Amino acid sequence: MKITIDEDRCCGAGQCVLEAPDVFDQRAEDGVVVVLDAAPPAELHEASRAAEQLCPTAAIEITE
Amino acid sequence: MTTGRIAIVGASAAGLTAAETLRRGGWDGRISLIGDEPHEPYDRPPLSKQVLAGKWEPERTGLRAADALDLRLGTTATGLDVANRRVLLGDEALDCDGVIIATGVAARTLPGEARGAHVLRGLDDALALRAELANPGRRLVIVGAGVLGVEVAAVARELGHEVVVVAPEAAPMERAVGTEAGDLLAEAHRAHGVQLRLGEFVDGLLDDEGQVRGVRLTDGSEITGDAVLIAIGCTPAVEWLRDGPLDLADGIGCDSYCAAAPGIYAAGDVARWHHPVLGRPVRIEHRMNATEQGMAAARNLLAELDQERFGSRQEFTPVSYFWSDQYRFKIQAYGDLAAADQVQLRVLDKTDPGAPKAAALYRRGDSAFGALSIGIPPKQARSLRAAVATPQPWEQALSALDELAD
Ligand SMILES: Cc1cc2nc3c(=O)[nH]c(=O)nc-3n(C[C@H](O)[C@H](O)[C@H](O)COP(=O)(O)OP(=O)(O)OC[C@H]3O[C@@H](n4cnc5c(N)ncnc54)[C@H](O)[C@@H]3O)c2cc1C
Ligand code: SF4
Repeated sequence: MKITIDEDRCCGAGQCVLEAPDVFDQRAEDGVVVVLDAAPPAELHEASRAAEQLCPTAAIEITE
Repeated sequence: MTTGRIAIVGASAAGLTAAETLRRGGWDGRISLIGDEPHEPYDRPPLSKQVLAGKWEPERTGLRAADALDLRLGTTATGLDVANRRVLLGDEALDCDGVIIATGVAARTLPGEARGAHVLRGLDDALALRAELANPGRRLVIVGAGVLGVEVAAVARELGHEVVVVAPEAAPMERAVGTEAGDLLAEAHRAHGVQLRLGEFVDGLLDDEGQVRGVRLTDGSEITGDAVLIAIGCTPAVEWLRDGPLDLADGIGCDSYCAAAPGIYAAGDVARWHHPVLGRPVRIEHRMNATEQGMAAARNLLAELDQERFGSRQEFTPVSYFWSDQYRFKIQAYGDLAAADQVQLRVLDKTDPGAPKAAALYRRGDSAFGALSIGIPPKQARSLRAAVATPQPWEQALSALDELAD
């Protein structure tokens, strides 16, 4: 699994962090998403997918 | 088991998410996703922000569609046979195992038509307004001071236009955030040079041989401008369901599972459902809700069709969320800000009236149901969400405001 993000799209909703705190964080100054683990282990795949889907700006993309 | 069909009407945020959730949930039958717009599915929030400002070209707003969809663009659903779960597309009828309605809302408008009078709901609307604002120094009259109206006011000011906002409310975004926070936003917009004409009622458009030249107020006075944006709210897109048995009083009435009838679910801006925690019916026109409710409706439909395989249905009890970008500050709201008995607003920094920093909590009964942040870094504002995720006793929730102030 590979996670990529589009910083420009991110509105800082923080939904991804609520879903998968081990995979995503937010920059302190502007709330833009930070990927902590761009290739998370299997046990985090479901939460990562949920974050991808819940993000209100479609800023997260997961491949494979 | 299944080889049948689920039809989703409305190919935007809620409809697309529902389709994706059906696939991920294991539905291996056909999914027909029907949308009346000619464009590939796209996202609306950037329309009044990046697209209008000219920072993004339209392609950038594209949303990814789920795999293996029977995607029908430029196709209007014309009716629904609820008892037989049959979607009508003009002469064609689709027999379905289940249906998800996600037709959203359509912009309200003022009577009459004139060149230079705009609404802003779809991509084509945004491009038309952007073309209008391509050369600076014009005078834009915005009718309505809701979220959309004031977002556009901010963009138009930054593009160098003169902007007048006229609305009956006492403050911008008053219905969304209340008067206290609205007053703060009024100051911010004035500091950026927006002329606010609050407490005034627009009667209609003024035009000169088909070209708009402003608006007429109910007291007979006029506000002139080169272009007019009508941003006076939306009506649920339910006309196509008129002949059926569904409750269409304000959007599509649903139970707490987002079901409008057996096998028929609704999601997104068009859906009014019974929120079990708030204890009343709600209809939410925010982007995050479209996604969350699209997921919930899809999961519950699958559970209804085959509980053994897909599990049991779950009530839909979201903590709603919306954001708005204005000038250089962001507004974020969590939970339920409507019908508050009391609003506690804390201004954290007012050195620059054009860039306020503030937070507010919204009380109903003894608990805090809603929270708002203005100009606070989003990560910090997340603590407010926790204060209203499960409505907390008011005094306890107030400590979240104190923490922000530190
Ligand atoms: C300019 C703008 C800016 C916004 N900014 C924000 C923001 O900053 N933050 C936020 O939280 N929210 C924002 N929103 C709100 C957010 O975009 C909506 O809540 C969200 O788009 C709702 O998604 P939906 O899928 O329910 O409905 P919609 O996006 O309205 O999609 C419904 C689709 O169904 C189609 N349709 C309707 N009737 C039929 C029919 N009979 N047959 C076939 N298709 C049909 C429509 O054409 C449309 O494509 C904004 C909205 C707009 C317009
Ligand atoms: S959920 Fe999406 S918009 Fe929100 S912080 Fe995460 S990536 Fe950004």
